[in-house]
Amino acid sequence: MAVETKERSVAEATTEELSPLAARLEEQFDGAVVADSPEGIVVAADHLVKVATYLRETADLSYNHLANLTSVDYPDYFEVVYHISSTKNGGDPVWLKVRADKADPVVPSLTPSWPGADFQEREIWDLMGIRFEGHPNHRRLLMWEGFEGHPLRKDWHEPYFESEVKPFPSRWPEGLHTQVEERTPFGNNTQYPNGWDPDEWEPVDEMVDFVERVEARLGDNGDGLKTQKVVVNMGPQHPSTHGVFRMKLMLDGETIVGLEPVVGYMHRNHEKIGERNLWVQNIPYCDRLDYISTISNAFPYVLAVEKLMDVTPPERARYLRVIIAELARILNHFVSIGFLFNDLGAYFTPVLYCLEEREFILDLFEMVSGSRMMCNYYRFGGVVRDSSPDWMKKLEYLVRDRLPRTIDQIDFFLSENEIFLSRSVGVGVLPPDKAIQFSTTGPVLRGSGVSYDLRKAAPYSIYDRFNFNIVTEKAGDVYARYQVRLREMRESLKIIDQALDQIEEGPIQEGRKNWQQKVPAGEAYGRAESPKGELAFYVVSDGGPNPYRYHIRSPCLINLTALEQMCLGYKVADVVVILGSIDIVLGEVDR
Amino acid sequence: MLGKGVLKGMRVTIGRFFETYINDLKYFPRVAAQEAVETRNRADTKGLMTIEYPEQKLEMFEGFRMIPFLVYDEDPENPRCTACGICARVCPPQCIWIERDQTPEGRPMKRPRNFTIDATICMSCGLCAEFCPFDAIKMNNDYEISAYDRYVDLVYHKDKLLRPVEYYAKIHPTEHAIKEEEKREKEEAKRKAAEARAKKAAAAAATKKD
Repeated sequence: MAVETKERSVAEATTEELSPLAARLEEQFDGAVVADSPEGIVVAADHLVKVATYLRETADLSYNHLANLTSVDYPDYFEVVYHISSTKNGGDPVWLKVRADKADPVVPSLTPSWPGADFQEREIWDLMGIRFEGHPNHRRLLMWEGFEGHPLRKDWHEPYFESEVKPFPSRWPEGLHTQVEERTPFGNNTQYPNGWDPDEWEPVDEMVDFVERVEARLGDNGDGLKTQKVVVNMGPQHPSTHGVFRMKLMLDGETIVGLEPVVGYMHRNHEKIGERNLWVQNIPYCDRLDYISTISNAFPYVLAVEKLMDVTPPERARYLRVIIAELARILNHFVSIGFLFNDLGAYFTPVLYCLEEREFILDLFEMVSGSRMMCNYYRFGGVVRDSSPDWMKKLEYLVRDRLPRTIDQIDFFLSENEIFLSRSVGVGVLPPDKAIQFSTTGPVLRGSGVSYDLRKAAPYSIYDRFNFNIVTEKAGDVYARYQVRLREMRESLKIIDQALDQIEEGPIQEGRKNWQQKVPAGEAYGRAESPKGELAFYVVSDGGPNPYRYHIRSPCLINLTALEQMCLGYKVADVVVILGSIDIVLGEVDR
Repeated sequence: MLGKGVLKGMRVTIGRFFETYINDLKYFPRVAAQEAVETRNRADTKGLMTIEYPEQKLEMFEGFRMIPFLVYDEDPENPRCTACGICARVCPPQCIWIERDQTPEGRPMKRPRNFTIDATICMSCGLCAEFCPFDAIKMNNDYEISAYDRYVDLVYHKDKLLRPVEYYAKIHPTEHAIKEEEKREKEEAKRKAAEARAKKAAAAAATKKD
C-alpha cells in the first residue's frame, strides 16, 4: 500500500516553484528544505530545531503554538509531522515534516524549547518507535516499560488480530459466530518479548527515575536545610475520579516540588482501530473519545475527511452541526464546573444541579440522534437525521429560557462562594507565555489571557456567520478557568440563538451516503474548538476505503503537559482542584 | 458576612423541596401517578425531576436505538433480509455474522440461513440499519437486556432477532410511515412505467399492423 505524494524535491525544483515559506526557509538555512508540497515542508532532521525556532521567533511569522505532533509509517521511511499554528495571527498551521530512517529512526527532540512536545514525542516513541534525541524523559507514555514492539507500525499485529482491515472476511457470507475468548484463552491475550518469563520479571522501579530527575532539577535548592522529600503516588484511582489517572508527586512538607502524570490505563489504541476501520466506521468510535461532550467529537473528523473528499454539506446540516456542537460545549462546561466543585469538597450538591441541565441537553441529543451519549450523529457531507419541529421547540425553550436562567443561578450561587474563592483564586497559576509554550488550548489557554479560539482564529464550518466574543481571563488561575467556562456557556447560547434565527428547511445530506466510502489520496488536518480545546484529526488516505493513518490530537492529553507547571509550589490538596480545572477526560487522554 | 454562601445554597434546596410538594398536590390523593411521571422529565417542570425506575418508566424517544432486529413481512421463514452482507461488513465492531442460505445444488440464495448478532460486542451505533438497502434490519428500543450468561443469552440468533413488521411500525411509527410512503411511490412509479411501456408496445404493434 504505497502512498503517492505529490511533492517536489528541492534539487529538482527551482526556488520559484517552492511555496514562499519554503523558499524563505531554504534561503535562511541552506539545505534545510528537502522537499515541498501543499501538504507540508519536509525539513532535514538536523535543521529541525533551528527551523522551528526561526518560525517562532521571526516577527511576521510567529508560529508559536506547536499544535500537533505525530508520525506516519510509510513503506520506505517514517515521517514525523509537526503542525505549528500562530496564536497571534491565527489562520492555518504550518506543516513541517521530518523523515526518519526505517532501520533506526531518530529525530531531534523539540521538548527542550517547546515543552508542549513532551507527551506527544513520548507517545510517538511508544507507539511508532521513533527516538527523539535530547528528550529529557525518554520513556513510553501509554504502554508499560518492557512492552514488546511499537503498536502503530504497520507490521505490528494485536493479539486478537484477524485481518489487516475491516470488513473481516469471516463475517459474511460464511459467517459462523465465534467468540474471541474461545480462540484465545486467557493468558494468551497479550504479547510478550521472546523468551520472556513472567516469574522472573522484575518491574522497573519508575519512581527511582522520577526522583532522580526531580532532584537533579532542584539541585541544592539553596535553602541550606537538608529536608527529606516525600514521594507520593496519587492514584491510579484519583480521589474525585475523572478516570483512572495517576500522579507521581514529590513533596517538600506539603508543597509540591515535582509532579509527573502517568496515563495509559484506558489505552485501547484507538488510532490502530481507526486504521483497521472503514472511514465511516470511525464516526461512532469518535464518540468514545471524550465521553462528556460525546456528540461533537466527530466534528473535526468529518471536517478532515470532507477536505479530502472536497464535499460541503448543505446549509441546514451545517447549522445543525454548529447547534449540536455548541450544545455539547454548554453540556461539557456544566459538567466541568459541577465536578470542579466535587473536587473542592462540595460533594455532589452543585454537580447534581449541573447534571440536571445536562439531562435536558442529552434528551435533545437522544431525540435527534437516537442515543444519549453514543450519538453517532455527524456524517461525511451532512448529518444522520433531521430535527423535528418538536425538537426545535424544545431547543428554543432551553436556549432562550431555561439555560440562561440556570447559568445565572450557578453564577449567583457559586462565583462568590467564600470557600470557593479561597481555594481557587491565585491557585494553579499558568502565565500566558508558559500556556503557549506548553501547547495548551481551550479554556486553559484562554484562562491565561491568550485570546485564541479556533472558531475565530481559523473559522471552520459556518462560525464566521455568528456574532460572539472570545472569552478570556487574565489571572491564569483555577478561578479564571472557571470564569472562562461560565462565560463561554453564555457565548454558546448566543451562537445557538442566532443559528435558530438563521436556520432554514432543506436537505441534510450532500450526495449519496456510501458505506464503503473511498476517500481520494492525500493528507488533511481537520480541527475544531472542542469544549476542552483544539481537537484535531490528522488523516492520511491512500485512496482506499480505509484510512492509512488516523491520528487524534487530544486537547486533554496536551493540556496535561502543563499540569506540573501549574502545580509547582502549591499544596497537595490544590493538585486535585488544579487537575479538575484542566477538565480532562481519560477516554480522550489515553485513547 | 461569613456563611452567606451556605445560606444562599440552602435556599435552593428548600425551594426545591416545597416545589415538589406543591407539584404533587395536583395529583392528590394519588402519589406519584403516571401523569406526574410524564411531566417529570420536561424542561419546564419545577421541583423533583427524577422518577422511581423500575416501577416507573419514561417512554423512549422514537429514534432511540439499542440492539438491531430483523424485520419480516408475513412469514418468519421469509424475512426481508437478502443476506447481501452490507450490515455485517459496515458494522464497526464486526458483531454481525451472516451465513447465506444455499439451494441443495449449492447455489447461493437471497436469504440468510443463520444470522447472529453478538449483543456483547454491539455498540448500538445503528450503521447496519442506516445502510440496509432493503429496510430489513432495524434498531430495537428494548434496553433491559441484561442476562446471567453472556456467552449464551446475549448471542442473538435468527429466531430471537426476527420480529414482524407490525412491531417495527409500533416502535418507530414516523419512520415506518415515511418508508411505507416511499415504497408506495416507488410502486406507483413502477406501475406507471409498466403501463406506459404496455401502451407503447400496443401502439408499436398497432403501427406494425398497418
